[in-house]
Amino acid sequence: MQMANLLSVVILLPLVGAGLALMAPSDRAVRWFALLVTTLTFVLSVPLWTEFDLSRAADLQFVSGGFALIADSLDVRYLVGIDGFSLLLVLLTTLLGPIVVLSSWRYITRRTKGYYALLLVLQTGMTGVFCAFDVLLFYVFFELTLIPMYFLIGIWGGEQRIYAAVKFVIYTMVGSLLMLVAIIYLGIEAGAALNNGVFTTDYFKLLEFDMAVSMQTWLFVLFAFAFAIKVPIFPFHTWLPDAHVQAPTGGSVILAGVLLKMGTYGLVRFCLPFFPNASIAHAELFAILAVIGIIYGALVSRAQPDAKKLVAYSSVSHLGFVVLGIFAFTLESLQGAMIQMVNHGISTGALFLLVGMLYERRHTRLMSDYGGIARSVPLLTFFMVLTALASAGLPGLNGFVGEFMILVGAFSSEVLDSPLLVALATTGVILAAVYLLWMLSRMFFGPLTEQANVKMKDLSVRELLVLIPMGLLMIILGLMPQPFLKVSEPAAERLLETIERKKAVAEGQSLPEHLLDEFRRDSPSGAGERSVEGAEIP
Amino acid sequence: MSQDLSQAFDTIWADLAGGASMVGLAIVGVGLIVWDIFNSNDTRIPWVAAFALLGTAVLEMFRLNEADTTAFFELIRVGGVASFINVIILGSSLVSVVLSVPYLRQIRHAYGEVYALVLFATAGMLMLGTANNMVTVFVGLETMSIALYILTGLVRHDEGAVESALKYFLLGAFSTGFFLFGIALIYGSTGTMYFTDMAAGYAVGDFKALFWAGVGLFLVGFLFKVSAVPFHMWTPDVYQGAPTTLVGYMSTASKAAAFAALVLVLFHGIGLVTPEAGGGNLQLVLALSALVTVVLGNLMALAQKNVKRMLAYSSIAHAGYVLIGLAAGTSSAYAGALYYLLIYAIMNLGAFGVMALLEWDGREGRLQTLDSLSGLAHRHPLLGVLMGVFMFSLTGFPPFGGFFGKIAVFAPAVEAGLTWLAIVGVLASVLSAGYYLRVVYVFWMRPESEGDPAVRDTTFAVSRVSAGVLTVCAVLLLVIGFMPFVRNLTQSFFNSGVLVLLL
Repeated sequence: MQMANLLSVVILLPLVGAGLALMAPSDRAVRWFALLVTTLTFVLSVPLWTEFDLSRAADLQFVSGGFALIADSLDVRYLVGIDGFSLLLVLLTTLLGPIVVLSSWRYITRRTKGYYALLLVLQTGMTGVFCAFDVLLFYVFFELTLIPMYFLIGIWGGEQRIYAAVKFVIYTMVGSLLMLVAIIYLGIEAGAALNNGVFTTDYFKLLEFDMAVSMQTWLFVLFAFAFAIKVPIFPFHTWLPDAHVQAPTGGSVILAGVLLKMGTYGLVRFCLPFFPNASIAHAELFAILAVIGIIYGALVSRAQPDAKKLVAYSSVSHLGFVVLGIFAFTLESLQGAMIQMVNHGISTGALFLLVGMLYERRHTRLMSDYGGIARSVPLLTFFMVLTALASAGLPGLNGFVGEFMILVGAFSSEVLDSPLLVALATTGVILAAVYLLWMLSRMFFGPLTEQANVKMKDLSVRELLVLIPMGLLMIILGLMPQPFLKVSEPAAERLLETIERKKAVAEGQSLPEHLLDEFRRDSPSGAGERSVEGAEIP
Repeated sequence: MSQDLSQAFDTIWADLAGGASMVGLAIVGVGLIVWDIFNSNDTRIPWVAAFALLGTAVLEMFRLNEADTTAFFELIRVGGVASFINVIILGSSLVSVVLSVPYLRQIRHAYGEVYALVLFATAGMLMLGTANNMVTVFVGLETMSIALYILTGLVRHDEGAVESALKYFLLGAFSTGFFLFGIALIYGSTGTMYFTDMAAGYAVGDFKALFWAGVGLFLVGFLFKVSAVPFHMWTPDVYQGAPTTLVGYMSTASKAAAFAALVLVLFHGIGLVTPEAGGGNLQLVLALSALVTVVLGNLMALAQKNVKRMLAYSSIAHAGYVLIGLAAGTSSAYAGALYYLLIYAIMNLGAFGVMALLEWDGREGRLQTLDSLSGLAHRHPLLGVLMGVFMFSLTGFPPFGGFFGKIAVFAPAVEAGLTWLAIVGVLASVLSAGYYLRVVYVFWMRPESEGDPAVRDTTFAVSRVSAGVLTVCAVLLLVIGFMPFVRNLTQSFFNSGVLVLLL
C-alpha cells in the first residue's frame, strides 16, 4: 500500500523541524531534536523502498500534490513523486540526515541552534530536488540548498570559509540563473506547442515536447552548464576543493554525499530526455571532460598533503565516472552511473566523516602529522581501510559495481565509440588505488612517532553508530547489488527509449516529406497532424 | 451654465466614495497640521496618520475584485487595478509611518508635520498611480514630489540633509519641465489629455513626429522619478542624506506610484498607438533603458561601502527589472510589473527598516560603513535573520518573493522575444549577489571585533512594533510566492483589455 502524501511528509518534515529547532531551549535539546526529526524522516522514508512497485519502476509513484504553485494562469505545480532514478537518492539523503547530525554532535559548539536548523532546511531542499516533477519546483528546491550551505560554510567553516562560501554561491548561481532563463523559454515554447498556449513546466508535458535540433542545442547548453558546475565537471570544479575543505565535517558529508548528485541527477533527469539530439551531439565533449576530470582529479589528489583536500579532489575523479556513464547512453552505463552516485555518497561521505573524526582529535588534517596510528586507533583504522578500499573500487565492495558497469557500458557505447577514451578512464581506477593506499600508508601504518598520536582515543559509541551503517551498506551494495540495480533498470530502459523516439522525431524534421510521415506515425506525439494514407513508403 | 455646474457637483459628490482614500488622506493631513499647531508634536499624531492609512488600505482591499472604472470625469481610475496600486502605496506608507515613529524620536526630529506631509505625499501618489489623464498625472506627481522634497530635508541643521533636499528639488523641478513639455507635445498631436483617447487621437492627428518627441520627453520625466539610468544621478545622494525610514518610503511608495502610472499610460494609451513607418520604437527604448539600468545599478552598488548608498543603487537596479517587464509590453508583462512592485515594496521597506534600527553615527547612517556592523547578527539574531531574508529576497533566491517577482517580469520578456534582455537581467542578478550576500556575510560571518568600536558601545533598541512590522514583511516574502491568488489577481486586471503589443 502506497500511502498518499507520504513523500510530501518526508520532504517537508525537516523544514517544519527547522522552524521548531530555533525555539529549542538549549543546545543539548536542539541536538536531540534534530536527531529525532532526521531519524523520524528516515523511518518514514523506509516504506518508500518497501512499498515501491518494482514492476512499475519507470513510472512515477508516491505521487503527491498537483496544485498550482504560482498562479492559475500558469501550469506550474507542486508535484512530487519518485521513480527508479529518484528512489535510491532519496533514501541516501534521508539516511545521511541522522548520520550528519550525529557526526556534528561534539564538533559544533558555537551557535548550535542555527546549525541544526540549517541542516534541516538543507535536507528538505535536497530531498525535494530528487522528487520534484515540475521543472520550476525542481529549481526552487535546487536553489533552496544554496542558502543553508552558504551559512554552513561561512559560519562554521575553517580559515578561508568566506572565500569558499562566496565562491560556492556565485559559481552555482551563474549556472542556475542561466538555467532559469532556459526553463522559462522551454516553458513558453512547450506551452505554445502542446498546452494551449499556457506556460508549462510540467515534467511530463516537457517530455512530450519535440524540439528542433537548433533549439535543443542552446537549451541543452544552458541546462548542462548549470549541472556541470554543480557536479562539478572539469574545468568548472575549482569551487569544490575550497568548499569541501572549508566546510565543517557535516557540511562536507552533505556536499559530497548529496549536493553533487543534484548535478548528475539533473543531467539524467532533464538534459538527456529533454534534449536527446543535443545530448548525443555533445556526448563526446562531456566524455572527454569526464575523463580529464577522472585523471586530473586523481593526480591532484595524489599531490595533496592535506587529507581532506585529497578526499575532495577524489570526488572530482569519481564523479567523472558518473558523467562518463551518463553520456555513454547504454543501459549498463546508465545503471552504473545511478548506482555510482549512491556509492560515491556512501564511501566519500564516510571518508569525510573519518577525516573529520581525526581532525576532532588532533586538530590537523595534514597527513604528515599522523603516521602509524593503526596501533592507537584500531577501530577507526578498520573503517578507514574498508572505506578507502570501497572508494578505490575493490571487488566485493560497493565502488566496484558502479565503476565496472560504467566502464563496460562505455566500452560498448555506440555514441562514444572510443575504446581509447574508456581505456584512459580505466586508469582512474588504478590511480584511485594509488592515492588512497598512499594516504592509508602515510597516516595509519609505519612507525608511530608523534606522542600526541599515541594517546589518541579510538571510536566512541556515537562514532560507531555513525560508521556502522555506512560500512554495512558498502558491503551489502558490493555483494548484492542486484536489488538496487533492479530499481534503476526500468527507468534507464525507459529513458533510452524516450531518447530514441525523440531523436527520431527531431531528425525527421529535416528529412524528406514521405519519411517524415513515417516517423510521425511511429511516435505517439506529433501524430495525427498528417494523414498516413498519402505517404509513400519506400 | 449653473445647471452644468450643479450637475458637475453631483458627479463629484457621487464619485467621492470611489476616491475616498485620496480625499480622506488629504483631509486627515490638513487636520493633523491644525492639530499640530495647537498641540505641537503630539505623540498621538503619527498613530492617527497610521490609522488613516490602515483604514484606507483595508478599504481598497475590499475593492480589489471590483471591475476597474473611472471617476471624477474619467480623471482617475477606481477599483480593480487602481485599488491594487493603492494597496501597494498605502501599505508602504503605513509601514514607513510605523517604523518612523521610533526612528524619528531617536534622531530627535519627531515633528507632527512629518506625518501630515506623508499623508499629503501619499494622497499625491494615489492620484498619480491611478491617473487616467495627463493633468492628473502632473498634479499627483507634484503633490507627491513637493512633500517629499521637504521630508528629505527634515534634518535641517545638517548640511548633508540640506544638500540632498536641494539636489532632489532642483533636479526634480528640472525633470518636471521635461515632463510638462512632453505632455504639451502629446496634447498638441493627439488633442487629448486622456490616456484612453490617445490612440484614436494619434490616428487622426497630423503631427505624428511631435507625438513621439512628446513621449520621449514624458518618459524622461518618468525615468527620473523611478531613478532609471541615465536619470539616476540624484538617487544615491538623496537616499544617503534623507532620514532612513523616509528613504524606505520614497524608494517604494513613490516608485510604485510612478511605475503604476507608466503601466496605465502604456496599457491604455501609448502602448495602443500603432506607429507609422519610421515612427518611435518604444519597446527598444524601454529595453535599452532597462538594460543599462540593471547593469549599471548593480555594478555601482557593488562598489559601495555605505549601506544606504548601496541600497540606493540597488533600488536603481530594481527599477531596471520592472522596466524589463514594461519593455515586454504584453498584458502578462504589465501584470508582472505590478506584482514585482508589490514584492519590491515589501523587501525594500524591510531592508531600510532594519538599517534604520542599526544607526549609530547620529548622521542618519550617512557616515557609517557596512563593515562597522560586523558580527552584529550575533547580538541581534532577529535583525540578522530579517536582514538575511530581505537580502536573499532582493537577490532573487527562491523561495523568497523576489524570485517569483523576477519570474513575473522575465517570463513575459522571453515571451515577447526579449530573451537577450532576460539573460542580461539574470547575469546582473549574479552581480547583485555580490553585494547583497556581503551584507549577510558582514552581519553573520565576521567577528564583532572587526566592527567599529562605537558599534560595540551602542545598544540598538528595537521596539516591539518595529520588530513586529519587519517580521510581518519577512513572513510575507516567504509565503507570497506560494499564494497563487496574488498573481491571479494582477493577471485579471489586464485580461479584460485587448492584448497590447508594443512596436
